[in-house]
Amino acid sequence: MIIGETPLPSGALGVDAVAMTMRFGDFTALDNVELKVRPGSFHALLGENGAGKSTLVKCIMGYYRATEGDVLVGGREQTIANPKEAHALGLGMVYQHFTLVPAMTVAENLVLARDDVPAVVNWTKEKKELDAFLARMPFKVPLDARVSDISAGERQKCEILKQLYLKRRFLILDEPTSVLTPGEADEVLGMLRAMVVAGDLTILMITHKFREVMAFADDVTILRRGKLAGHGKVAELTPDDMARTMIGAEQLTVQPPRVGEVGEPRLQLTKLTARDDACAIAVHGVSLTVRGGEIVGIAGVSGNGQRQLVEVLAGQREAESGDIHVRGDLYLANREEMRRHKMFLLPEEPLKNACVGGMSVADNIAFREFDRAPFASGGWWLNRSAFRKDAERKIGLYKIKTRTPDTPISALSGGNVQRAVLARELGGEVEVLIAANPCFGLDFAAVAQIHAEIMAARNRGAAVLLVSEDLDELLELSDRLVVMFHGEFVHEARASEADLTEIGRHMAGH
Amino acid sequence: MADGSIGLWTVPLAVFGGAIRVSTPFLFVSLGECITERSGRINLGLEGTLIMGAMSAYGISYLSGSPWLGVLAAGITGALLGALHAGICSLPRVNDIAVGIALMLFGTGLAFYLGKPLIEPTAARLPAIDFGWWSDIPQVRAALRINVLFLIGVAIAPILFWAFRTTRWGLLIRTAGESSDAARAMGYSVLWIRLRATMVGGFLAGIGGSFLSLFYPGSWNEGLSSGQGITAVALVIFARWDPMLCLWASLAFGGAAALGPALQSVGVTSGYHLFNAAPYILTLAIMIITCSPKRTLTGAPAELSITR
Repeated sequence: MIIGETPLPSGALGVDAVAMTMRFGDFTALDNVELKVRPGSFHALLGENGAGKSTLVKCIMGYYRATEGDVLVGGREQTIANPKEAHALGLGMVYQHFTLVPAMTVAENLVLARDDVPAVVNWTKEKKELDAFLARMPFKVPLDARVSDISAGERQKCEILKQLYLKRRFLILDEPTSVLTPGEADEVLGMLRAMVVAGDLTILMITHKFREVMAFADDVTILRRGKLAGHGKVAELTPDDMARTMIGAEQLTVQPPRVGEVGEPRLQLTKLTARDDACAIAVHGVSLTVRGGEIVGIAGVSGNGQRQLVEVLAGQREAESGDIHVRGDLYLANREEMRRHKMFLLPEEPLKNACVGGMSVADNIAFREFDRAPFASGGWWLNRSAFRKDAERKIGLYKIKTRTPDTPISALSGGNVQRAVLARELGGEVEVLIAANPCFGLDFAAVAQIHAEIMAARNRGAAVLLVSEDLDELLELSDRLVVMFHGEFVHEARASEADLTEIGRHMAGH
Repeated sequence: MADGSIGLWTVPLAVFGGAIRVSTPFLFVSLGECITERSGRINLGLEGTLIMGAMSAYGISYLSGSPWLGVLAAGITGALLGALHAGICSLPRVNDIAVGIALMLFGTGLAFYLGKPLIEPTAARLPAIDFGWWSDIPQVRAALRINVLFLIGVAIAPILFWAFRTTRWGLLIRTAGESSDAARAMGYSVLWIRLRATMVGGFLAGIGGSFLSLFYPGSWNEGLSSGQGITAVALVIFARWDPMLCLWASLAFGGAAALGPALQSVGVTSGYHLFNAAPYILTLAIMIITCSPKRTLTGAPAELSITR
């Protein structure tokens, strides 16, 4: 150490970003943004997708070199060239995508994360130290379990514990509660809040959940389109203020009111069982009836069999046993049946599950009907101008932002890919609709539009099965709510009478 | 038995001896490939590395008179080819399987070209340890003449098994192979880890090649390898990326390969070529039994281009 230089203070660290600008080629992701996180505070960073939140924290963590601007750690200007230098300063980050290695045990993951992994690891000694560390922590994780075998909630706890184990004094959390039940989210954030109050830690949390901002954060900074849109003390703001600052002047699609009568049964699952890729039972004897004119929501923490259930309905996975009936007819998820029953799908990760990335927007929009008139003559001769005309109409109707109908769909943003799928699936008459996390990772405008379309389909008499990890979305849209846990339906309630705590308990399997 | 004939016992004995002799190159290549694949990359070029290793070992042994210098040269040649593979793969949008096939052809061709003058001369061969000194029966003595390289290979398997669990390098290789995102988030360079893993894998494969030219069959010619390199890559898959299982799989494969010659030596000549195909039939059978269309491979490193 240089004589005369005072060491960094221990305990919570403050971090400031001053006049940060980040350009990727012509695109300006961050434009002169300022962020001040006081030491020992819980700071929320709000913004829509693409507002520059991730870019900003990645500049702080040394993933990117900001084009302009400085980072101050503990009031001292620092050049952070890579994540290792950020770690050395006591800065840590919990990523939205897990950074645990699934095939390894929790203990292996924790030891591996250290900057000084010994050349030969003495597991007896390390285990003893880890046990001692865990004894001081308010939540527990199974050290010897493989990460792939523990629940998403436990993984998130592991990620946070890992950062505490590494003695971080400034912690960035990127949407930390997206995989947790409301109860788990409160537990984890409450415990972190206690550490902040004790002065051990400063937290910067990226989130879009106003409830968590209001309950746990001291300060908030709001970004919009790469610019600082506002900041202030949470106590002086309302969720409405924050939402307006986030969205700006943009007009959101208005959701139609819930109207119409519940009709006859459309989609019936009878004792449906399916296995996952590892051959374990993922969906276990579930039965459910969805009637026309109703939205049945399936709640649950991800990884409880929802994905496999949707894959069976989409024809991407074979059911082990059990039947699916659509309007009384046995349904085996082939193209002919989907067409006959006007069954449509909004799968999760639409670019992967519902599109061919390298093909044009127009082609992708035509997938359902491309081999029929007017798109094809005789079932084989394709009429390109019909593709184009239909695509142009739907691009306008569904506000799909694309340069031309011939642009490859993979070049579109997430929201616009989902809009294109929406145009294809909901563009005609719909009798049964299956939607899985349709708004995951999308901005307000896209979410509002998709919610409005789903509600409109319901009002026109479609039977809608909505699988989602977002409870707010489910409560807003569903008529009935079913909770899925470990492949089974464990709880059912009318959405209007649903009790959030009780649903949270069932999601956690209690 | 006074005349030294041991009747039908010849067959299991020959299979045993053959298992050890034939399995050594499989063992080295599969352990090397195991390291490379655990780091998240497939090096199909090991067939070329094997042949380059055989050629360079023979050449150096011939020039220097020391077979061990030949083994070292084979290892270094292999490591260099591994570095070439890793180097090309670290460029953006390069597929490791395509590069591997190119290097397989490149290595084979280069070895034949450079090895032309080595077909005639005789190089110093690797010594073997006589574990059969206690027996008078020549077949037993022959079966128990075991090469030191085999013993080294057998020792490497458990060491690797241990190293994957308890050393920093083992953990880092597994991290790079299971989740490159996690490795990057921890501040490690995935390309660097894979470069080293591929070089070590090439080193071992080169040594496997030196066994071919310096012990069994023990000469240099263009028909030296009959696809051992590429078969060993497949062995790694059905050994589920576990070094100990690589050892057993190599032994089983070597034993099966020795079945044809062994049966021939006791006079069963019908179906000789069929018995020679035993290892491949064994591979197919194991693949069919252990695989299922409803399940992804268990134990496969998540970053491998075949599982992603």
